[in-house]
Amino acid sequence: MSRFGSVDDPPATLILSGARVIDPQAGTDDVRDVAILDGRLVDPRSMRGGADRIEAAGLVVAPGLCDLHAHLREPGMERAETIESGTRAAARGGFTTICAMPNTDPALDRPDRVAWVQDRARSAACRVRVVAAATRSRDGQEIVEVGELAAAGIAGVSDDGLSVASEEAARDLLTSLGALGLPLIEHAEHSATAAGAVMRAGPTATRLGLAGWPAIAELSIVERDLALAEQTGGWVHFTHISTAGALDAIRDAKGRGARVTCDVTPHHLALTDAWVAGWRAFSWEGAPEDPIRAPLDPAFAYDSACRVNPPLSSRADALALMAGVGDGTIDAIATDHAPHPSERKAVEFGTAAPGMIGLETALSLGLAAVEAERLNLGRLLAALSGGPAKLIGETRSLSEGSMADLVLFDPAARWRVEASGLASSSSNTPLLGMELPGVVRMTVAEGRVTYRDGIG
Amino acid sequence: MRDLAETSPRHRPDAGGAVVSKGHWAHRHLLDVDQLTRDELEACLDLAVEMRERRERHEALDHLRGEIVGLAFMEPSTRTRVSFELAATALGGQVVNLPIEASSVAKGESLVDTLLTLERTGISTIVLRHSMSGAPYLAARSCDARIVNAGDGTHAHPTQALLDALTLREAVGPLEGRKIAIVGDILHSRVARSNIHSLTTLGASVWLAGPPAWVSDFGDWPGVTVANGLDDALADADAVMALRIQLERSGGTSAMSLREYTATWGLDESRMELARQGAPLLHPGPVNEGVEVTAELATSVRSLIGRQVSNGVPVRMAALSLLAR
Repeated sequence: MSRFGSVDDPPATLILSGARVIDPQAGTDDVRDVAILDGRLVDPRSMRGGADRIEAAGLVVAPGLCDLHAHLREPGMERAETIESGTRAAARGGFTTICAMPNTDPALDRPDRVAWVQDRARSAACRVRVVAAATRSRDGQEIVEVGELAAAGIAGVSDDGLSVASEEAARDLLTSLGALGLPLIEHAEHSATAAGAVMRAGPTATRLGLAGWPAIAELSIVERDLALAEQTGGWVHFTHISTAGALDAIRDAKGRGARVTCDVTPHHLALTDAWVAGWRAFSWEGAPEDPIRAPLDPAFAYDSACRVNPPLSSRADALALMAGVGDGTIDAIATDHAPHPSERKAVEFGTAAPGMIGLETALSLGLAAVEAERLNLGRLLAALSGGPAKLIGETRSLSEGSMADLVLFDPAARWRVEASGLASSSSNTPLLGMELPGVVRMTVAEGRVTYRDGIG
Repeated sequence: MRDLAETSPRHRPDAGGAVVSKGHWAHRHLLDVDQLTRDELEACLDLAVEMRERRERHEALDHLRGEIVGLAFMEPSTRTRVSFELAATALGGQVVNLPIEASSVAKGESLVDTLLTLERTGISTIVLRHSMSGAPYLAARSCDARIVNAGDGTHAHPTQALLDALTLREAVGPLEGRKIAIVGDILHSRVARSNIHSLTTLGASVWLAGPPAWVSDFGDWPGVTVANGLDDALADADAVMALRIQLERSGGTSAMSLREYTATWGLDESRMELARQGAPLLHPGPVNEGVEVTAELATSVRSLIGRQVSNGVPVRMAALSLLAR
């Protein structure tokens, strides 16, 4: 029995008893009680009787997860998702903050539109930070009023779905945002290079007769923006990077001291382009033995749930990105949660809207990588909480005195991804039917219980 | 779409490919030739020969009696559609044509909804031609009807590959160890992809020739050699297949101009001399005479283009009857 709360509820008082408490920022990992009194973390010995005591042996307490990239589809596409349904999906996935992307209808390109979303999210199931559009109506040319938007509390600006088309606009944005301490969040895709492409260029695309998206489409924008960032001193954040080449360029730029950060999606780490041909094993589990001649299974081949932009990567890219999370080159794992109603997906692969949902499966995909010993649990949790939180000016701490902002999950329990069980209004994910590790039992945002399942 | 949760959650397609014993046909759909084993391919070609003979004797066949075959051609086609229509009729089936202009798809209905509507009228087999790669796979998992792929985007054209294999087998004998050259725009060709699958499965070695941008991605395909120029591909080839250059695309192709294409990769009588003596020429049609092949070559004794067309009907009779079993 699961229940949702909101960040507007009365603060919680409870004790999580005997949990494994992992605080990546503090570098601690120990088994102890966690006590919350009126929403604040306190010394368990100071708790009086009567507090809700939750047996948490075998469960993990980690700082609340933070997503830098989610599409809530409101205003304009409420059939796919709303602020209410999307933040519930977030709470169910263990997130306490998510960043709402601006490619709504109309786009979030003015302070009043940003304020409208902020107002709608006041009693949502997690905090919502708004990423504003970088250019007017996301046209790639005329930049938005950065100062006013910064005053409204945005997390950054982005023309996500596209790169900032004009190099001049990108330079102006980096210059003015840099002074405000905000990032230009780039979806790195050179539009002419990727025009018409529907999946990753490579052997699978060749076999399937689908137009391929070459890695250079990402790299050319990454290199353009790195040069602009270094020239202007501005801060560029590359979202959903998907290729080893882009990762290498970012690693080099970080080495030179450039103001650059980046995130990767769970699906670019765990899934590969072979999924478009019907393969259903994680990147670290191996590759098809005969990708060119093995018969295609009509139940899985050309599954439009696998159409996403940037497209699912090659296995080599996915493993390189995993290493990038491990060594800290990649600052955050961000979902690019992209809900679509079924009629946008129950169509030919090349006609389907790109994107997959991710808020409710991100932690589980990460835990699957941890189970396979491809990622360290502490590093995973840092990339899902403190890493991204820092980029939007939030902190995450499990030490006494802090506001309780945490997730309680069972790392060993497994759940089956089913459309009917999802809190999101949409179910466009190729993970449907799969069993994943990691069940969130409770999410506490700003001291309020926003989600609980199977406990109390 | 059917709930994928019904099927195996950890699916590895080549961990357990369909096991089909000789003579037994276990396929519900014909989506591409990659689903067929060598025995199944041979059996289908043998059956096509039998069908051709029975058709020539004007035998009344009833393999599709009581069945309605819907021809859903979402992309223009003459020879493929006509030969499917003749094949289904020859097997005693009833044929319904879905004219593209009048179809619901033109009115904004989705492919799946259109096919489900066809199915509700009693159509049990849908022959689908579609401009997008993979559309027949979507159809197969969304409908109960049998789906026959009559060409999808740049992916596959299984009945073309079957009729090409039959035409080749009859012209040069068993394909084991034969060198077959395919010349042209392989990258954008569904005919080439399906032919590579079926010819290599039948034991032939396939040599690809064309502008590097159109052939280089196929270098790691088993049984395939990317030729170092046209002469390399033609040298001692047992047969040569030219592909149609999409004139509508070549205007703006980045590969090369049409003039340069013809000068470098165009086939004529003298170039064919490099191939084995009497090596035949195939072309899936329609031919752009003077572009990929000269008019003289297309109408020479080497040309099997007419035979390919006439083999289209018996091959499609074989495919339809196997699926109806």
